[in-house]
Amino acid sequence: MKEEIILAGFGGQGIMLMGKLISYAGMKEGKEVSWMPSYGPEMRGGTANCTVIVSDKLIPSPMTTQPDSIIVMNLPSFDKFLPQVKSGGTVFLNSTLIEEDVKRDDIKVIKIPANEIANQLGNSKIANMVMLGSYIENKDVIKLKTVKNSLESVLSARNQDLIDLNLKALEKGKEYK
Amino acid sequence: MGKKTLMKGNEAIAEAAIRAGCRYFFGYPITPQSELPAYLARKFPEVGGTFLQAESEVAASNMVYGAAGAGARVLTSSSSPGISLKAEGISYIAGAELPAVIINIMRGGPGLGTIQPSQADYFQATKGMAHGDFYLTVLAPSSVQEAVDLTMDAFDIADKYRNPVLIVGDGIIGQMMEPVEFKDPIDPDDLPKKEWATDGAKGRERNIINSLALDPHDLEDHNLKLKAKYDRMKEEEVRYEELYTEDADIIIVAYGTTARIATSAIEMARKDGYKVGLIRPITLFPFPSDIINETADRVENFLTVEMSLGQMVEDVKLAVSGKKPVHFYGRTGGVVPSPEEIVEEIEKIGGER
Repeated sequence: MKEEIILAGFGGQGIMLMGKLISYAGMKEGKEVSWMPSYGPEMRGGTANCTVIVSDKLIPSPMTTQPDSIIVMNLPSFDKFLPQVKSGGTVFLNSTLIEEDVKRDDIKVIKIPANEIANQLGNSKIANMVMLGSYIENKDVIKLKTVKNSLESVLSARNQDLIDLNLKALEKGKEYK
Repeated sequence: MGKKTLMKGNEAIAEAAIRAGCRYFFGYPITPQSELPAYLARKFPEVGGTFLQAESEVAASNMVYGAAGAGARVLTSSSSPGISLKAEGISYIAGAELPAVIINIMRGGPGLGTIQPSQADYFQATKGMAHGDFYLTVLAPSSVQEAVDLTMDAFDIADKYRNPVLIVGDGIIGQMMEPVEFKDPIDPDDLPKKEWATDGAKGRERNIINSLALDPHDLEDHNLKLKAKYDRMKEEEVRYEELYTEDADIIIVAYGTTARIATSAIEMARKDGYKVGLIRPITLFPFPSDIINETADRVENFLTVEMSLGQMVEDVKLAVSGKKPVHFYGRTGGVVPSPEEIVEEIEKIGGER
């Protein structure tokens, strides 16, 4: 098993955290993982993105030009990374902010109204966890249980009181297949 | 070894330095390595360390000179433009035969350049750091775990030779998170006493630390003594990794992150029938010339891949010594080569399959 994922969105949407959770959970499950953030000037106002690789074997390149999956939370990220997805790969898109149609028929598309759901749950910041919930449910890469158990370690001290809300958002995301 | 933790390269190097018994850091922030000093600024107070953000890189490297002279395990870190500023102090440290560890998380240059990953400081690291007849031991990790292990080793190598050790990582090594395991920490009080240090001469003859030798014959003798150290490094410190070399007829030589990208390319090319292998220098000085030279007897071609316009390739050519063609592929200015681009180069060399 080797899964290459690009996660992307606006700075502040919790993109890096989502990537860290997948990496951390992968590590806890005994897999090789790497997490590589974009750290260029594009982080200001444009797209923030990170590349996460989870594998049974040692990971050669920590970068990817043909991801198996992309999790995109805004339109610029969708435009930038959609063409890169490997044929047969999966696109998880935040349909609250991305209304465009996917003009490719060789990939699976999962639309998640992440911001809408996050607002229903009472906190717009939780949209990333809704996306992540759907990703975990649809891809056999890491287990939801491991991610749930990883929250305490990965979330910063000031966000520890949001763990319950994170769990709810992950569960909600599972419904999108 | 403890349990695995997920850490950024910059932070993991900082933690490794603490565990190596380093308690002094002098530096100045610069992207993409700023998490390293930030980590030490947080952690040093807990272990009685001294963290100082200097007024400039020049000042920082002279503070390193002072702490090293007093016998401390001392670290400084920067990225390319900052290392250029530190070069003056580094020459003095090498001249005065002092151990210190320097980290360069390389970014695109020349000048202020960009903050994106680069390996364009190879010449500076291995040949032209600063004025005078000297070399640094240069270590080049290709993963966060290796960055940790080499950081701990770097302090030992520095002490063994009384010579500064430079660790070069491209921006990816600094910014990437990977699982790491740390060795048990060393208590600085348990380290062997440095008899040459200027740590108070009460009751003994005073020690002198200096890089000035006005008499040219004295300086020549001193430089010959330094050369003997470099020769000994060539005997004892060369490190490299070989991958898929057994049946290979094309050998890629690459270091750091580029070696990992090349490994992805090799795995792709092998599926198409190209017999490609990798020699990954871990020490850039001393350079693993012997293994490259020996390998040249049984392979057909070499391909050096770098994030520069071609720097290490000169050392590869010297090592191959004209026995076989040495090709080059590089991206520069902060652009990272892709495995697909490297595969194209392999196809050019190996012909259609």
